[in-house]
Amino acid sequence: MEPLSWGEIIARIFSDLTPTWIALVVMFALSFFYKRKLGLYGKLFDSTIGMIGLAMVMFWVFTGIFSAVDMIGTHDPLGQISGMKNKVPGTPVRGNPEGVYEYYLLGGDNLARDVYTRMVKGSWEVIKIAPFATIFAFMVGITLGLPAGYYGGRLDTFLSFLANLILAFPVILLFYLLVTPEIIATGIPVYMAGVLFIFPIVFFVILFNSRFYTQPNKRNIYLAVTILLGGWLYLGIAWNADPLGIVSFPPNVLVVFVSVVFVNSPTVFRIVRGLTLDIKTRDYVAAAQTRGEGPWYIMLWEILPNARGPLIVDFCLRIGYVTILLGTLGFFGLGLSPESPDWGSTINDGRKLLSVYLHPALAPALSLLSLVLGLNLLADGLREESLRD
Amino acid sequence: MGLFILRRVGVMLLTALCLTFIVFFLTNLYPNLEKLAKTQGNFRMSDEQVETWLGNRGYLEPTLIKYGEWLGVAPGYVIEGSDGEIRGRCFNSNDNPDEAPKFCGVLQGDWGFSTVFKEPSSDIIATRLGLTGKLMLWVLIVMIPTALIVGILAGMREGSVLDRSLSTFSIATTATPEYVSGVIFIAVFASSAVGLKWFKGSATSAMESANFENFALPVITIALYGMGYVARMTRASMAEVMTAQYIRTARLKGVSFRNIVMKHALRNALIAPFTVIMLQVPWLLNGVVIVETLFNYKGFGWVLVQAAGNNDVELLLGVSVVSVVVVLITQLISDIGYVYLNPRIKVS
Repeated sequence: MEPLSWGEIIARIFSDLTPTWIALVVMFALSFFYKRKLGLYGKLFDSTIGMIGLAMVMFWVFTGIFSAVDMIGTHDPLGQISGMKNKVPGTPVRGNPEGVYEYYLLGGDNLARDVYTRMVKGSWEVIKIAPFATIFAFMVGITLGLPAGYYGGRLDTFLSFLANLILAFPVILLFYLLVTPEIIATGIPVYMAGVLFIFPIVFFVILFNSRFYTQPNKRNIYLAVTILLGGWLYLGIAWNADPLGIVSFPPNVLVVFVSVVFVNSPTVFRIVRGLTLDIKTRDYVAAAQTRGEGPWYIMLWEILPNARGPLIVDFCLRIGYVTILLGTLGFFGLGLSPESPDWGSTINDGRKLLSVYLHPALAPALSLLSLVLGLNLLADGLREESLRD
Repeated sequence: MGLFILRRVGVMLLTALCLTFIVFFLTNLYPNLEKLAKTQGNFRMSDEQVETWLGNRGYLEPTLIKYGEWLGVAPGYVIEGSDGEIRGRCFNSNDNPDEAPKFCGVLQGDWGFSTVFKEPSSDIIATRLGLTGKLMLWVLIVMIPTALIVGILAGMREGSVLDRSLSTFSIATTATPEYVSGVIFIAVFASSAVGLKWFKGSATSAMESANFENFALPVITIALYGMGYVARMTRASMAEVMTAQYIRTARLKGVSFRNIVMKHALRNALIAPFTVIMLQVPWLLNGVVIVETLFNYKGFGWVLVQAAGNNDVELLLGVSVVSVVVVLITQLISDIGYVYLNPRIKVS
């Protein structure tokens, strides 16, 4: 068979990504239709930059999800086909075996695996870690930053010192110290996970308790649900001790997750603390204090909602930064398994032969670039739209 | 002001102590020591042999005491090993133990011995730091003027086409980590597949004689990632200054736009970027590690990777001391500089 031309390669990739296109079109159509009812998210559709960013991000989100359920991707990301080593994009699979897609659309890497499939699968590696790690970092940062800014004094001095301590650490050194098989053997990541992952539960317990403590019936229901659900996930994720045996976390992913959360939470802490220092001088906070509201109610239900604008923008930027960090980890071969199709590892694999074969490293590099760029544009659009009112 | 600096230096020392202790603790965990023993001694050692090997070399003392020895505030160990040989922290096997100094730690200027390079850690760090210094110098020379010019041009007429395109450019650079831009640059400018071959894809030869051909790509790769952030901060600061009352007054007086920007706005607009640039230096350290690995330039970042990958405890500690001190000093300079440049802030 003849190798494909670039036009045919693009057309075939386009058709392989059909589920993503459908999902994107449906999402944009619905959002446009209900734009005025969707608050800040709806306003995003007034800004061109924001829409472009959102489209780029959602493209990778949908691609990641569909590749995880095998609706996208032409080959097995770990499967090697002999004779396909370092082949250029559009090379037909040698021997044309039965039941295998006829072409390596973006060529083969140095182990004769399909670059296109690995690129698509790599997006799932990012999508399944980055947003959750960012959410956890925000939970930790918010739960500690609010009291530090609100109370000030010794607590603030102590927490700020801790945050600065972590921030003064060169990130790569920290990764090299934390994400090694030897450290996993000591169990330190598990203890760190044990500490860090308790924060979301604490956050929601305080959140509901401070709001509904005057209505004990309602509060008890909320708290029971939070503690049961949170505790179940907590046991499963942090200690790998889920009594039902459903939730579990591979130790090498856990250590990556924990170190990314650990590196990001001090920055979130500083942002939340700064915002709290600013907002606590406002009149509505004084009004709440005069009403006799408790300090946690003021922090979580008065200050936090009013700090949401900058926090949402930083959330988007931070997911991008986490993506970069995950890539860095992969680039240095830390944490994830060597065959893992994540973009950082793939770039690292491909760079050794970069001067001769471009495609194995270039495809994941451009993917990572477009996702992070999308997140940055999205954050920019959100910032503009939230400043408008 | 004096008291402010004094307090900052105190906090800095405390931070440095805490951080080095964390590094010390993590590198001295038993699984790490076991790996060290096996790579230094023999890969087929049994668990007991590992234990005696470590015990003979003072690795099994309590962590705090070992940390004190490394720091130079506790006397170095002298152990008569199970094989009859006397080993000590402060002397080699062929020296006389009685003549050796009692204390030998970082405070005495003894940074230990690298087990990977078989050289004193301080020598390795000094030479490698020089190489990275050369890289960083060029990065700053390229990065700061470009970032400031981009930021000022974008911020002086907010919302214009120039602003839009320059802002998009700076967003794009912040979204491109070094390992992505480096790969793209090598692919486009250095590979035989594209065929431009303007630059070299490896900077190994730049360690002796750096020239445009072998040094441009690593410098641009680091500078580009750091640049976007500084440019955006400069733009924000410039845009804010341009809406100030005194600029409007100058405009109404009929001062030309060029003079407004050059003589009135610039001076105030450059206060914020100064802090950002100083705080950007620790981030460049990350980039240095990636770029030195990617371009095979054997500087400080490369040593960090080697030391950490092989659990070379004393070299790694030296590397972390240096990097932590760099981070803390830049923070200190940025704080002091900010106060000094901005007369509205008074420290008391």
